[in-house]
Amino acid sequence: MSSGHSTYQPQSAFMKWLERRLPIVSLVYNSFVAYPTPRNLNYWWTFGGILAMMLAAQIVTGIVLAMHYTPHVDHAFNSVEGIMRDVNYGWLLRYLHANGASMFFLAVYIHMGRGLYYGSYKEPREVLWILGVILFLLMIATGFMGYVLPWGQMSFWAATVITNLFSAIPGVGESIVTWLWGGFAVGNPTLNRFYSLHYLLPFVIAGVVVLHIWALHVVGQNNPAGIEPKSEKETVAFTPYATIKDAFLMVVFCIVFAWFVFYVPNFLGHPDNYIPANPAVTPQHIVPEWYYLPFYAILRAIPNKLLGVVALLSSIVILAFVPWLDTSRVRSAAYRPLYRQFFWFLVIAFIGLGYLGSKPPEGGYVIAARILTAYYFIHFLIILPVLGIVETPKPLPTSITEAVLKAKAGVAALVLAAVLLGASHTQATAAEEQPVPPRQKWSFAGPFGTFDRAQLQRGFRVYREVCSTCHGLTLVAFRNLAEPGGPEFSPAQAAAVAAEYKIQDGPNDQGEMFERPGRLADHFPAPFPNEQAARARYGGFPVDQSVIAKARGIERSFPWSFIDGLPVPGGMYQEQGVDYLTALLQGYEDKPPAGVTIPSGLYYNKYFPGNAIAMPPPLTDGRVEYTDGSPQTVAQYAKDVAAFLMWAAEPHLEQRKRVGFQVMAFLFIFAILMYFTKKKVWKEVEAPTEASRGQVPVEGKP
Amino acid sequence: MTATTVSSAGHTEPNRRDFLYIATGAIGAVGVAAVIWPFIAQMNPDASTIAAGAPIDVDLAPIAEGQVIKVFWRGRPIFISHRTKKEIDEARAADNSGLPDPQPDAQRVKPGHDQWLVLIGICTHLGCIPIAHQGDYGGWFCPCHGSQYDTSGRIRRGPAPANLPLPPYQFVSDTKIRIGEGATA
Repeated sequence: MSSGHSTYQPQSAFMKWLERRLPIVSLVYNSFVAYPTPRNLNYWWTFGGILAMMLAAQIVTGIVLAMHYTPHVDHAFNSVEGIMRDVNYGWLLRYLHANGASMFFLAVYIHMGRGLYYGSYKEPREVLWILGVILFLLMIATGFMGYVLPWGQMSFWAATVITNLFSAIPGVGESIVTWLWGGFAVGNPTLNRFYSLHYLLPFVIAGVVVLHIWALHVVGQNNPAGIEPKSEKETVAFTPYATIKDAFLMVVFCIVFAWFVFYVPNFLGHPDNYIPANPAVTPQHIVPEWYYLPFYAILRAIPNKLLGVVALLSSIVILAFVPWLDTSRVRSAAYRPLYRQFFWFLVIAFIGLGYLGSKPPEGGYVIAARILTAYYFIHFLIILPVLGIVETPKPLPTSITEAVLKAKAGVAALVLAAVLLGASHTQATAAEEQPVPPRQKWSFAGPFGTFDRAQLQRGFRVYREVCSTCHGLTLVAFRNLAEPGGPEFSPAQAAAVAAEYKIQDGPNDQGEMFERPGRLADHFPAPFPNEQAARARYGGFPVDQSVIAKARGIERSFPWSFIDGLPVPGGMYQEQGVDYLTALLQGYEDKPPAGVTIPSGLYYNKYFPGNAIAMPPPLTDGRVEYTDGSPQTVAQYAKDVAAFLMWAAEPHLEQRKRVGFQVMAFLFIFAILMYFTKKKVWKEVEAPTEASRGQVPVEGKP
Repeated sequence: MTATTVSSAGHTEPNRRDFLYIATGAIGAVGVAAVIWPFIAQMNPDASTIAAGAPIDVDLAPIAEGQVIKVFWRGRPIFISHRTKKEIDEARAADNSGLPDPQPDAQRVKPGHDQWLVLIGICTHLGCIPIAHQGDYGGWFCPCHGSQYDTSGRIRRGPAPANLPLPPYQFVSDTKIRIGEGATA
């Protein structure tokens, strides 16, 4: 085994026998062991491997989630909650899959950016690049359909809005949309086919990945110098050199991934998706997942339905034409002083579009989105072709070996930019019309937070004596009250609570439904049989409180979500939902401020969106008796019940953070070991000893 | 795994690099094993399934003598047979007649409740549901592959290797049993 140019020679008789019939071992060997890679590849080149890892991770977690998910409009939301609550490690698997999609897109954007920066699309790599664009389109389709499956509010309305894009097609648009839906609106047939396709498309992606890698192995990898390796000395074998380098960065990437999964799992999602789909109500701000925002901004920037859709599609498809739009003969931006600047302008414009996509489509946001949309297309259609003609590239190095000797500073600049961006954001938090609920101190906040049992028990008392009159808690079972990580009542106490509720059961031998006392396995029953009954009884629809603490929260915007999620001062704060509930319960005022009129039958609440709330002030001092000496005040009740509802929404929060710490500790140790292993492996390449100078690196020799 | 074991087994001197490779590989292997576990554990019954498998109470009063009823516990049919005097006598008489899976009838019922036979109604051959009051022994007959059980639910003939198993249960009162009490989750 040596540097990349040997071919596989079967040793044993069996391997020789197999080789003559199916040369699979030599295929793998030549593709992933002996395959020569340029020795000057930097870490941006490891994202191909990271993408392969993420595809595998998404497929494996996805197959497992499919074992527990029910693709039916009546059961989808609850089956996802069943995964979160009841399936062994279900919360982990779902958070891995949901955040895995974000990480997949993060990696693909870096991978695509690298291709654009280093001119990896240029002759002879055009087909390789176009296959990449196809993969990106497939990822977009797959991610979108996956987002529909939990059947929350955002799922439903994303499905509605995105399928309606097709209605822009002149003449046949409406028929196509009806065909896509399998009905007259998004409904059960839509959910069913999206589930089927969401299961299928990842395997299509895997197939195109094979073509992508095949094309790559035909033309060879580009490299930061953008010149082809001239001799064997300028390449190293894929294994161990590229393998160990890829593996090291995969572990580093996993640290970021694990951070989101274990500590801020809902940061990149949207609180509204914890509200079950409701075809009668569209959420106030409807935005896609962060990774579609730039394209969404382009769609909204165009004030014409058909042209908007055309612009959206063109903004992606235009990438496939980049090999011909770029007229420069020099590949790498390292030797293109002008292009390098315009590349970063494009990155800024793209992130800017993402930011604008997360904002409401009004006023200055729309104008800015139009400017950036125009710039996005100008970059590809005008700047790229013109630059190739007017730009004077720096002299290219004669060989990769010469290029390696140059210093590198780009990464430091990027880190600096990110820090500055974060710093500027912290100061830029603007005041809004609606008062922001004040931040409270929560025992369960932060990476090591745990619930305060006494508080959860008090909060449960408030729920049971006050809230439960109108609000259901249907995703919570009585047994949960006695489980570790919650209020931790004794099983006998939980059984006693259960027995106080009447549960409908049956039919009995006479074919009739009957009521019986609740058991530990039962869920809290809803206080009303259906929405109509609730409206008739209460004059409103008291929402179910099972996941309310996760379904409320301050809107975040791209790209701040990423920075806010980091363990920086003021970062990773994710208790806005409980802050809101606490504030709402205390936000009633007898007299609305001057100029505000509240319709009769509604109440003024300064924290409720729109200020007119149907719920009368539920809490009064002393209404619920506490036995542990805590103050019996509205403020205390509000905090306690909010904490209880946080547990109800995320019953495995403590386990998640505990496992998270173990995983993070493991990953850090592993990353350090991988780093030194990588250094040892690469030592011969980066600083050849006297003895090996002039030879190709040989594996297995110290 | 340490560098010393390598040196005793291998022929090269162990050095820091070998140790580093082994340590990295070992930690990596631990990581892979830890990642695999949740993917295996998720296929075991989930918490709601286990909770739904809690003990159930069955009222025996409406079951007439000679009648067999089926109730479901943990997704399995439980046969409750209110045996006649004749059925009890036949079962007792067969105690010493060279049964394939010998077990006296007295051990298959609760003391003092000889008339109540409670069985998991799943054929021990391949899981079909036997039919009551059929076959040569007046007990159960499995339509799938012809196994025959007697009035004590013991296998008498056919391919099934063992008697119909008894679920964990207790008499709460003379006319009420609790099935599943003391069962493992």
